[in-house]
Amino acid sequence: MTTASEAAASAGGLLLPVPDEDGAPFWEYAAQGELRVQACAACGRLRFPPRPCCPHCRSFDSEWRRMSGRGRIWSYVRPHPPLLPAYAAQAPYNVILVELADAPHIRLAGNLVTSADAPLDSVDPARLRIGARVHVVFTETGGMAVPRWVLEKS
Amino acid sequence: MAATLKDATAIVGIGQTAFAKRLPQSEKELACRAILAALADAGIEPSEVDAFASYTMEETDEVEVAKAIGAGDVTFFSKIGYGGGGSCATVGHLASAVATGQATVGVAWRSRKRGSGPRPWKNTAVQLPTPGQWTRPFGLLRPADEIGMLARRYMHEYGATRDHLFNVAMACRNRANANPAAMMYERPLTREMYMTSRMISDPLCLFDNCLETDGALACVIVSAERARDCRQKPVYVHSVAQGLPAQHHGMVNYWNDDPLSGPAWTAARHLWKQADFGPQDVDVAQIYDAFTPLIPLSLEGYGFCGRGEGAAFTEGGALETGGRLPINTGGGGLSEAYVHGFNLINEGVKQLRGVSTAQVPDAATCLVTAGEGVPTSAILLRS
Repeated sequence: MTTASEAAASAGGLLLPVPDEDGAPFWEYAAQGELRVQACAACGRLRFPPRPCCPHCRSFDSEWRRMSGRGRIWSYVRPHPPLLPAYAAQAPYNVILVELADAPHIRLAGNLVTSADAPLDSVDPARLRIGARVHVVFTETGGMAVPRWVLEKS
Repeated sequence: MAATLKDATAIVGIGQTAFAKRLPQSEKELACRAILAALADAGIEPSEVDAFASYTMEETDEVEVAKAIGAGDVTFFSKIGYGGGGSCATVGHLASAVATGQATVGVAWRSRKRGSGPRPWKNTAVQLPTPGQWTRPFGLLRPADEIGMLARRYMHEYGATRDHLFNVAMACRNRANANPAAMMYERPLTREMYMTSRMISDPLCLFDNCLETDGALACVIVSAERARDCRQKPVYVHSVAQGLPAQHHGMVNYWNDDPLSGPAWTAARHLWKQADFGPQDVDVAQIYDAFTPLIPLSLEGYGFCGRGEGAAFTEGGALETGGRLPINTGGGGLSEAYVHGFNLINEGVKQLRGVSTAQVPDAATCLVTAGEGVPTSAILLRS
């Protein structure tokens, strides 16, 4: 079994997601290049983060619904050191919170980059703006597919 | 209802160690020193202590403390989760225990070596499974990053500016400048220092963040009846509440309908429902300030102003001595010491005893709050 630190080493020191039982399907779909969100199979309501049962109708049946991959920046920060070494090396970088176009109350943390495999600080900070339209891309790192976000061409 | 907590118990002793970036003593020793100081302040023998409450993040457990200070048989002990969200709940749990006869002398404490110890977010690997899997890999590593995200959105929605955050930092620093025990005693802050300081997580700069502190504090809770015979003027626990809102997600409360109305709103509703007075009657407040944006959010949550009005509330010296609502009169987590908010409890007691270094004249009511953004707690104190 690969430990978190071994996986992180292969991802250039960046932390990799460690899926739990509820979250595993998200990462499995990501590996197929799909952004999917857990939905209740009984009442149809989407929920995030994933969990065993629906907080609305209490059904334990769920499915994973594919999203368009489009969204808007709800908020963002630019972390400066002191940070973990791999992150400090790219700081100040951005972390954005994306509200999904299909489900605005579902907001995914991520990074705005110029292309899927570009560094976390590849976007000019002047282009960071709440409300900016973005879409998802996936980068392969440490044996996982991790979502990143790029600006929609305006 | 069979019983009420309202004024049934009182804080009769407070104690603290020095606050510094580095202290030589262990967390256990600091805890014992603060607890013994609080008991001496109350005039109560350690052998009478039969209840303890602290935080789940507290390293020294009640077994160690009880045998070190020579407590008697202990019949109640409690630990509160969620870091700084636990501070006021320690008092609340002991008040409940004493009021219902489960114990007679309760001690709440927090001892921490955050100044010389490792930063807790250094250990992010163990936090990677839920909910860390959704945030940590993207470099949202520290509480400052997580709260910075909410702060940026708050500024965007309501026109709050860095000047508003400066008002908060300044009020706390000004009070600390009068408090010889504060880490920022005799260390004034200026607007220029604030505006030119380094960023920690833009939009939050150095002075928007609490201090890295070693230190410990404690307080002693007994029944109102017993309190009348103690050495100090009793400070009554008038109302207590905890708050974990529906669909809350912890510090990264990004996935519910309204991330900007956090646990403060939930705690406040219960706190005021149990009280004989409301926000307009609060003489002085100690509001949890790990980060400056928590103050406007809490001012709104606890009902001192309307939604979105918290930043504007800070204008015109409102938070300063003589202002509309003096806050964090010892300097708070931003400028006195960051010991997970326990200094705010003891400062509330000092105000109602009339012995604060930034005394609000005739203060008779004080709100104390715990960490916002995490499951929280609050107490209303009265003299």
